[in-house]
Amino acid sequence: MIELGPQSVAFLFFSVFALGGALGVVTSRNLMHGALYLILSLFGVAGFFVLLSAPFLAAVQVLVYIGAIAILFIFAVMLTRGMTRLTETLNRQWWLSAVVSLMLLAVLLVGVILPVWGEGGTNPNMPSTDLVATTVDLGVALVDGDQYVLPFLVSSLLLTAAMIGAIVVARDDTE
Amino acid sequence: MNLINEWAFIGVFLAVAWVLPVLPLVVSWVFRPRKPNALKLATYESGVETVGDTWVQFKVQYYIYGLVFLIFDVELIFLFPWALAYNQLDFFAFGAGLLFIFLLADALIYAWRKNALEWT
Amino acid sequence: MEQCINVIETLAPCLVASGTDPGLAQFISILLGVLLVTIFPLGGVIIFIWIERKIAARVQDRVGPNRVGPYGLFQNVADALKLITKEDITPAAADRLIYNFAPIVATLSVIMIWAVIPFSPVHIGVDLSIGVLYFVAIGSIGTLAFMMAGWASNNKYALLGAFRVVAQLVSYEIPMVLALLVPVLIAGTLSMQEMVQAQLGMWFVVMMPLSALIFYISNLAETGRAPFDLLEAESELVAGYNIEYSGMKFGLFMASEFIHAFTANALFVVIFMGGWAGPGVEQFPALGFVYFLGKTMLIYIPSLILRATVPRVRIDQMMNFNWKFLVPLSIINVLVMAFLFKVAQVLSLTPPPGLETDFIANLPLTAVLLAGNIVMIIGVLTVLRNTGRRERLEAEARRADDVRAPAPTMGR
Repeated sequence: MIELGPQSVAFLFFSVFALGGALGVVTSRNLMHGALYLILSLFGVAGFFVLLSAPFLAAVQVLVYIGAIAILFIFAVMLTRGMTRLTETLNRQWWLSAVVSLMLLAVLLVGVILPVWGEGGTNPNMPSTDLVATTVDLGVALVDGDQYVLPFLVSSLLLTAAMIGAIVVARDDTE
Repeated sequence: MNLINEWAFIGVFLAVAWVLPVLPLVVSWVFRPRKPNALKLATYESGVETVGDTWVQFKVQYYIYGLVFLIFDVELIFLFPWALAYNQLDFFAFGAGLLFIFLLADALIYAWRKNALEWT
Repeated sequence: MEQCINVIETLAPCLVASGTDPGLAQFISILLGVLLVTIFPLGGVIIFIWIERKIAARVQDRVGPNRVGPYGLFQNVADALKLITKEDITPAAADRLIYNFAPIVATLSVIMIWAVIPFSPVHIGVDLSIGVLYFVAIGSIGTLAFMMAGWASNNKYALLGAFRVVAQLVSYEIPMVLALLVPVLIAGTLSMQEMVQAQLGMWFVVMMPLSALIFYISNLAETGRAPFDLLEAESELVAGYNIEYSGMKFGLFMASEFIHAFTANALFVVIFMGGWAGPGVEQFPALGFVYFLGKTMLIYIPSLILRATVPRVRIDQMMNFNWKFLVPLSIINVLVMAFLFKVAQVLSLTPPPGLETDFIANLPLTAVLLAGNIVMIIGVLTVLRNTGRRERLEAEARRADDVRAPAPTMGR
């Protein structure tokens, strides 16, 4: 059964952050508060990465999600007129998002949890140290011709495309 | 010291570091005078009464800088593992890194040419 | 009980030996380490502010604080007491929770950096395997504090100041991280302690002066000091993001700014100037403190003189300088350094295994990298000179046109 070591306590602590923050995002009527709750939630996820012995991903989580995406959200909130004064938490499309969320939950349950804990899945009692790769391993894998060099370069192309798209959408072309 | 222990230090640090800024605030809360009035609590802007709403629509330029920053940030994150393993890599890896950085520079040139980096 | 010689380093085994529960012993030793590390920036801030005021005063031909205590050393203690006893005003229109939270987050984000700064070969809060990324990530949380403060104040100037400072901080993060990439490339590590060890033979500031310069400039911008102090442009924005703050909350913002200025210089010393490295430090680790603080002072004081001397840049100039000069330059810098390092590796100019800390063995690699840096610096200076000349000529031409055809309002 679950023993209550420091790791379990930390896991509970981060879970409270991640879930509580997420709950705050969907229930707060002020978009700015929503963005700050989102940061709490993302912080909790960064904690999970640390517990999973992936400190690099934890740093990425803080750096990219909290340091960049959350800031971008706040800029976006300030771009919209009067969005800090929402009076309703639900709009007419609430059932649509509920369906999408349920489908996502189903995908996660079937696609992620079953292969690990289901019938004939990976042994959950396998020592986790066998799976841990260092950041250096990640770097070698990223540029190894037999491994991930193509995804690595395609991701760069994707980001360039994202930049072009962002500029085209955000710029005022009337000048 | 194993990995979890390292981060236990950060966790304890976070817990202790909380107290340090809160402590002077608490001490101040005990000692400071409290005599609020409507004028004192008014927003301090130009000496005249505040006009209009603060939380209004802002320049789109901030958002564009934010977007450009986000994309660069993500690319830099990809470059860190590459730089970390660079000692053990061959010229092929240098080529892959070169191409990656070249595409990064490409995005910058595009933003520049489209005047997305102008502060207008 | 032979483990109990040095209490600080072997506290946990000591306690276990004297019959304490192992988990508790570990926790106590961690807690003690945390307290020791956090005391440094907090105790130091009194001194930092005093140094800063004294130097600013000297630059401006004043004496500076000289009444409270010897040489005015206790002036800041008096100021802190004053701030604590001041009435604290929360504007009626403010978002109370976020407003009160912001100064705490600001202070926290600066203190947390000290967890990974190595003071000596054995004295470091914790040597994280991703130390370099850790401090960049923590720094980005500081950005959030400014945003929270500016937004929650519900004041137009505060919000404008916050937007400016956030745009500035995120922009200058790009060249800073790109400049950091080069030391990571050469040292092959993200841990702060190993970063210092990689410089035992040769400081990185000699190997890569251009990266060091880019890092120094963007670090200056990250701390929001002159010439990049747009976040508190008194003449335009009243005070910037912290207009509405008073009492100790304002004091926390001030304190975190002063600590951040020192921390930024300490990081520069760790990454580019060899941190605690110095003669005799292997035998007496405590000497590391002296070297580390000495080197930090060596660049901290010039940064204060810089702050007291230079004027503030405009926001468009600041953005252009970053995106059209520093970012392209640091991208070129990373490419050139990566190429030269690989070439040096293939020609086996890098120090042979076992001699990494030897000064002579590091010379060939240093020569190659330094030569590349000098070529880049000459190229940059040439480009800058030509651009400057062209802009000057354009400005003069415009001026000449204005004189020939006076504006309608003139001559009346």
